[in-house]
Amino acid sequence: MTPAPDRPLTLAARGVTVTYPNGHVALTDATFALGGGTICALVGVNGSGKSTLFKALMGFVVPSAGAVTISDEPVRTAQRRGWVAYVPQAEEVDWTFPVNVHDVVMMGRYGYMNFLRIPRAADRDAVADALRRVGLWDLRDRQIGELSGGQKKRVFVARALAQQGRVILLDEPFTGVDVKTEEAIVALLRELRAEGRLILVSTHNLGSVPEFCDQVVLINRTVLACGPTSEVFTADNLQRAFGGALRHFDLSRSTVEEHDGRQVTVLTDDERPLVLGQGGHLEYRDRSAHEKLVADREAGKT
Amino acid sequence: MSLDLLLQPFSYDYMLTALWVSTLIGAVCGLLSGFITLKGWSLMGDALSHAVVPGVGLAHLAGLPLSLGAFTSGLLAAAAMSFVKLKTPVREDAVIGVVFTAFFAFGILLISLFPAQLDLKSIIFGNILAIAPGDVAQLVAISVLCVAVLALQWRDLLLFSFDPNQARTLGLPVRRLHLTLLLLLSATTVAALQAVGAILVVAMLITPGATAYLLTDRFGRMLVLGSALGAFTAFAGAYASYFLDGATGGCIVVLQTLGFLLAFVFGPKHGLLAARRARRRLCLVAPAVAP
Amino acid sequence: MNVSLLEPFRHEFMLQAFAAGGLVAAVCAVLSCYLVLRGWSLMGDAVSHAVLPGIVLAYLAGLPLGVGAFASGLLCATGTGWIKRHTRVKEDTVMGVVFTGLFALGLVLHVRTPSELHLDHILFGNLLGIEPGQLRETTILAGGVLAVVLALRRTLLLAAFDPSHTRVLGFPLRALDTLLLALLALAIVASIQAVGIVLVIAMLITPGATAFLLVRRFDAMLAVATGGAVVSTFIGIYVSFFADASTAACIVLVQALGFVAALTLSAGGRLRRRAAPPADPA
Ligand SMILES: Nc1ncnc2c1ncn2[C@@H]1O[C@H](COP(=O)(O)OP(=O)(O)O)[C@@H](O)[C@H]1O
Ligand SMILES: [Mg+2]
Repeated sequence: MTPAPDRPLTLAARGVTVTYPNGHVALTDATFALGGGTICALVGVNGSGKSTLFKALMGFVVPSAGAVTISDEPVRTAQRRGWVAYVPQAEEVDWTFPVNVHDVVMMGRYGYMNFLRIPRAADRDAVADALRRVGLWDLRDRQIGELSGGQKKRVFVARALAQQGRVILLDEPFTGVDVKTEEAIVALLRELRAEGRLILVSTHNLGSVPEFCDQVVLINRTVLACGPTSEVFTADNLQRAFGGALRHFDLSRSTVEEHDGRQVTVLTDDERPLVLGQGGHLEYRDRSAHEKLVADREAGKT
Repeated sequence: MSLDLLLQPFSYDYMLTALWVSTLIGAVCGLLSGFITLKGWSLMGDALSHAVVPGVGLAHLAGLPLSLGAFTSGLLAAAAMSFVKLKTPVREDAVIGVVFTAFFAFGILLISLFPAQLDLKSIIFGNILAIAPGDVAQLVAISVLCVAVLALQWRDLLLFSFDPNQARTLGLPVRRLHLTLLLLLSATTVAALQAVGAILVVAMLITPGATAYLLTDRFGRMLVLGSALGAFTAFAGAYASYFLDGATGGCIVVLQTLGFLLAFVFGPKHGLLAARRARRRLCLVAPAVAP
Repeated sequence: MNVSLLEPFRHEFMLQAFAAGGLVAAVCAVLSCYLVLRGWSLMGDAVSHAVLPGIVLAYLAGLPLGVGAFASGLLCATGTGWIKRHTRVKEDTVMGVVFTGLFALGLVLHVRTPSELHLDHILFGNLLGIEPGQLRETTILAGGVLAVVLALRRTLLLAAFDPSHTRVLGFPLRALDTLLLALLALAIVASIQAVGIVLVIAMLITPGATAFLLVRRFDAMLAVATGGAVVSTFIGIYVSFFADASTAACIVLVQALGFVAALTLSAGGRLRRRAAPPADPA
């Protein structure tokens, strides 16, 4: 039954409904499926159930209907095999806890250790590898509260690496993180995708989604749409997911265009805006990953 | 004070027993206090230590082992708290407060109904100087058990305290760890009850841990340090109480609080003075950054 | 059974007990509403324990005990806040460390003072033995606190509900907090005679929590908490007269039964279940 260690895993949610003990139904009939070697964005407004869906995927809440399977196994089995790794939201972590970077990353190895959790050479190597990959090796003895926002984030990514998780869930990894760190994390995620891992990133930051996510799951208390970014990430779908919550700046109706034709400058503060071209074309900043797509599009136009 | 007077406590059997039993309890509570403070269970410690009182009373009246009664009543209280918390929108601290005060009031009611059989003073303030041999055996058993469990499970409990979600994704038995910690807390509460009494137990269960937390950034070191602080203060407090006609609990806890204040002011890295020095250095280097 | 059910009302001391108990219950209930909403339930616990050394020292210095109690109670509350601001230790832990330290200090001081200061009475109250002078003291203190809290109830509510907004509006939040703590300390001082410092915690939590289960508006919460607490206190005193048991314990247990009743009434909390909050934009 177990897929070969190098074969990518699949993740499927079928009709997942989550009801909290106080009776609040946070998620209704959520259905989607993903295959490995992907970075998928989980997009929705605050309170749309992103964290709830994560909790269901990690087995923290038991769906009142439907089921989650990972490579056709129930979540518990996947957990026991250490398949699922989780990078928590920054607010969930007690940053004053007396543990250092190395300790935290070592916690990712617990599943591989014996009952007493005494690290062996393999565990130390895995931790050292992970720390080097995220560039925190030199900071390994720092107490975790003494790191910058981006470094903090990377500690937990390193923990997921050390765990050798094959399904990696990141809850709002880019909130409160500067652009440089965001790029570093994105680069790392791309590497992980290339290794065949399944990466699910929740975000309400639309601008960066087309940049690095090849698939999108749109949710608002249920799954509204899922599939490749270019198909799902349309103005219509986003309007449905975000309702009135989306600030809409329509260039065609703006006076800017009358002034300078196509040349437009969009300035924003921390979050990247999503800029949709004519007919819902997505704007990419980093074209390298999308050269073919862009080329096709240009070819189609002319 | 002559040397003779200083050595006098060691010439009484009851004092020797009190000294080593207090030291043992102090060490075990200090060890656990690291988890309690970091898990944010300080209020829980306070609550359980009050909630065991009716159990102690009933066990005494029924002629059962005190530990059994205390343990049962502590767990009942914990169960009641989680039940009420699940069923109501009331904040957790208020729920804990309502439940433990009710239990404690029931205990006081029992004591006031049977004043001849139940000694209010020894339950509320502890009475380690007059501890019975049977109770000593129980305390030793409890301590050994707690230390053994902590020695085997401390890394799991650490992860559980730090990041329960990660513990769950790794497939660790989170609910069992929660229960383990709760059982350890109840057990040490029962032990500490004898030494310092119901009201001051919570100090034994948090102050050494909080002090150690100010002195180190490593969890393992914090546990060892907390345990050592607990043992030392309990020993010194019991010793001092010989000269103060009792109030063992008061002496132990006053010493523990002094320790905390010292660490708070003089701690090498997280102390008040160290922070002030660091700020001043920052001011000298880059005045613009100064607050 | 030859004692009539009206027997308790024929004794002067019982009538005084009813008066003092009812007043104290009302003051504590009003404060409990704020404490429960502010998340300060533990604060009542801490301050009430911390008054002990103040009482002993005041006794030694020949000052009114209430003054010492108030001073050390307030020292605990402000000391906790100050230490919290200068350290990374969690607030509830700091509070636990400080109040147990002060209580322990009180115990040690008490042992060292050969006095007729009854520790039992400080800890568990002596409502049935209240003297006219003490009743007058309790009345003045409790009445004063009640009047101040009720007069400032909206401002205090704002501070409890949304501290940052309070500051934005230009209210002196720190001063309001300190005022609430001072009122709390005064209420505890007033309660020592009635229920003692150990069980007053219950009177400072349970009524507020009970009312929170039953009603949705704050003014209604104040009314329900106060009414419920006063009635429970009367029943508790009445029962303790016949049972010959600790009055304070009886009062607290009746209040706890009230909480259980409210829990059942609110049908497992379903009454108060909030509608799903609207999803707010990112
Ligand atoms: N533990 C809980 N108990 C009850 N309701 C909850 C709980 N956690 C979240 N919710 C509710 O479920 C909804 C979805 O929340 P969440 O999944 O955290 O949204 P997101 O992560 O997308 O912002 C929200 O309306 C929230 O209030
Ligand atoms: Mg979320």
